[in-house]
Amino acid sequence: MVLTGAEIVVRCLQEEKVEYVFGYPGGAVLFIYDELFKQDKVRHVLVRHEQAAVHAADAVARCTDKVGVALVTSGPGLTNAVTGIATAYMDSIPIVIISGQVPTAAIGLDAFQEVDTVGITRPCVKHNFLVKDAKDIAPTIKKAFYLAKTGRPGPVLVDIPKDVTAAKCEFSYPQSVSMRSYNPTVKGHQGQIKKALQLLLEAKKPMIYAGGGVVLSDSSERLIRIARMLGFPVTNTLMGLGGYPATDKQSVGMLGMHGTYEANMAMQYCDVLLAVGARFDDRVIGNPAHFAQVARKIIHIDVDPSSISKRVRVDVPIVGNLPEVMDDLIRLLEATTERPDREALDTWWKQIDEWRRRDCLKYKKSDEIIKPQLVIEKLWQVTNGDAFVTSDVGQHQMWAAQYYKFDKPRRWINSGGLGTMGVGIPYAMGVQMAHPGSPVAVVTGEASVQMCIQELSTCKQYRLPIKICNLNNRYLGMVRQWQEFFHGNRYSESYMDSLPDFAKLAEAYGHVGLRVEKPSEVEDALREAFRRKNDLVFLDFQVDQTENVYPMVQGGKGLTEMILAPEDL
Amino acid sequence: MSSVSRPTGAGYARAPASGSPLPALPWLPKISTSKPTMRHVISLLLENEAGALSRVSGLFSARGYNIESLTVAATEDPSMSRMTIISIGSDDVIEQITKQLNKLVDVVKVVDVSEAAHIERELMLIKVRATGKDREEVKRTADIFRGHIVDVTESTYIVELTGDPTKLDAFIGAIDRTLILETVRTGVCGIGRGDRILRA
Repeated sequence: MVLTGAEIVVRCLQEEKVEYVFGYPGGAVLFIYDELFKQDKVRHVLVRHEQAAVHAADAVARCTDKVGVALVTSGPGLTNAVTGIATAYMDSIPIVIISGQVPTAAIGLDAFQEVDTVGITRPCVKHNFLVKDAKDIAPTIKKAFYLAKTGRPGPVLVDIPKDVTAAKCEFSYPQSVSMRSYNPTVKGHQGQIKKALQLLLEAKKPMIYAGGGVVLSDSSERLIRIARMLGFPVTNTLMGLGGYPATDKQSVGMLGMHGTYEANMAMQYCDVLLAVGARFDDRVIGNPAHFAQVARKIIHIDVDPSSISKRVRVDVPIVGNLPEVMDDLIRLLEATTERPDREALDTWWKQIDEWRRRDCLKYKKSDEIIKPQLVIEKLWQVTNGDAFVTSDVGQHQMWAAQYYKFDKPRRWINSGGLGTMGVGIPYAMGVQMAHPGSPVAVVTGEASVQMCIQELSTCKQYRLPIKICNLNNRYLGMVRQWQEFFHGNRYSESYMDSLPDFAKLAEAYGHVGLRVEKPSEVEDALREAFRRKNDLVFLDFQVDQTENVYPMVQGGKGLTEMILAPEDL
Repeated sequence: MSSVSRPTGAGYARAPASGSPLPALPWLPKISTSKPTMRHVISLLLENEAGALSRVSGLFSARGYNIESLTVAATEDPSMSRMTIISIGSDDVIEQITKQLNKLVDVVKVVDVSEAAHIERELMLIKVRATGKDREEVKRTADIFRGHIVDVTESTYIVELTGDPTKLDAFIGAIDRTLILETVRTGVCGIGRGDRILRA
């Protein structure tokens, strides 16, 4: 069957069973858009800015087990998409980005809307391709999906010059991919897994530290099984929230810079640490030298060998796909009657309970002013803890992570690694597209939300009834908090004057906007928002301007050197 | 980020009070973070594709790894290139470098050939002023170093010299510095001795 390059692109997407493509047309992709127009299997979602297209595609990948797809034009289309690509890269999210390029003959001649796409995106993709011949389109797109999804997932970009989309060639979609240079490890080393089991069984003060890998590889149930069989405490990273149910008694909550007291203390003082799909990053373990001051044995399971012993020396590294390695571990655990020393474990739990009694997430309630934490607590209650929650980046993100207790994986969608402000609304668009009918909430702040506010228009066009909870404190809250703590209260450029009336703004876009000023109104406002099943509701909560996120570990400090309350300052 | 030092007095979370089942946090002496660095010869096989070189060099600059030299050319199989990178780093850094290189989709194999017996060679072409008594002296020195004079004019020689990089350095040190007009070196290529074979 002879097809044009553009037809081939669309056929490939159909073959990959892509439901939604988020994108924005332009000169270099006109042939592809023409082919999209002629079919109805792949649905295109027209965003208002390319950054949002990539974020929305990224969100589809985060909240399902599919690969997200974005389509952008050359030049500015691509440069706008870079923030989205880097965001997905930092959190290992499988997406495929198709970008138009100027015609082959014009490449390198500073043509209109030309950029070196492959060069610009190289450091923030798992891999990228420039397709110079129509016959290479199908094999390349097949490879792109395969690369995005396997091993450590990540974004893969395919750059296609305009003339290649117009050229004709024979089409057949490859059934399989074989690359001599790419063979990610799947099975873990059996000897290492046995060693890990031995360490786990001998542990007296054990700890399980579960990261985003658990969520991305759909290994949540395996993790629960292992934790149950061993009776060990579990902490989740920001990216791993929902990977282990937060309301479970073995959960000690999130760890790290704004983690709970008990999670950080247990992480520091454990004698055997089982790290699963996590990478010991700076926001999680603080200062690695301080972390290394306590001797503990570390078992690290990860699909990416370069994540192992990168910041922290590991005793038992296991490279492999989490589901395979965890299944092996479960089999070994089932085959033995040996279990960890009950008495030692009881003592350890007693210590953890003592730490829990610090009640580090307690905050001062108020009848006068809305405390941001209260909004999240109420959101959790109103949605029965079962909503998809996306967030932007800043204080509100940390409060959402701390106070919304995620019991299921793929429910918490946020930018962990890159910390990209503006992802909240586009993420919610992707999630709502992938899960029509499910409640989707955006937790955001007045600063972050303005970075992609134009997407309210997309939400209207596609009737996406997301609920936006704007924790409006008129400050760049996290910046202000750091300035208060570490820069002598000099609030340099962190106050925003002349904010729009968000409720009216939402109305201007055709949505429902509500301004909420009193603590007593919070719950009713949320209930009202979720009652309106077909409307996007923008809730503008006027919250306490001075509230800070506690606990906090200052950058460069040790994990246990926490600031727990204002009195610690 | 912030380098403001904070008081370490009361209020900071401390080791549990005595009577707790856990020992107090042992405030061990500071662990030295400066680790000895070594020179390594890293060999890799990679797809002979446009952009493969920039993926490798981009990785080194993005992650702040050190490159002393980098050489690359196609192998007997024209679809594959072989690259030799000389890098200096601690064992931890070199381990990360090999892991990160392995992660690049275009890279087929990575070996630190300097882990065991290996051979390193580099080629240098050096143009020197060769007049008067210097003409004889340069010729003699080139002979001692088993170099060849590959170009002759009335006033210059070009000496071709092959060897490990220290030999080339020694040659430069052996001749009068003011005579040197130009030097060009290929960078090191390395290969494991005997049965140590790097193949796809």
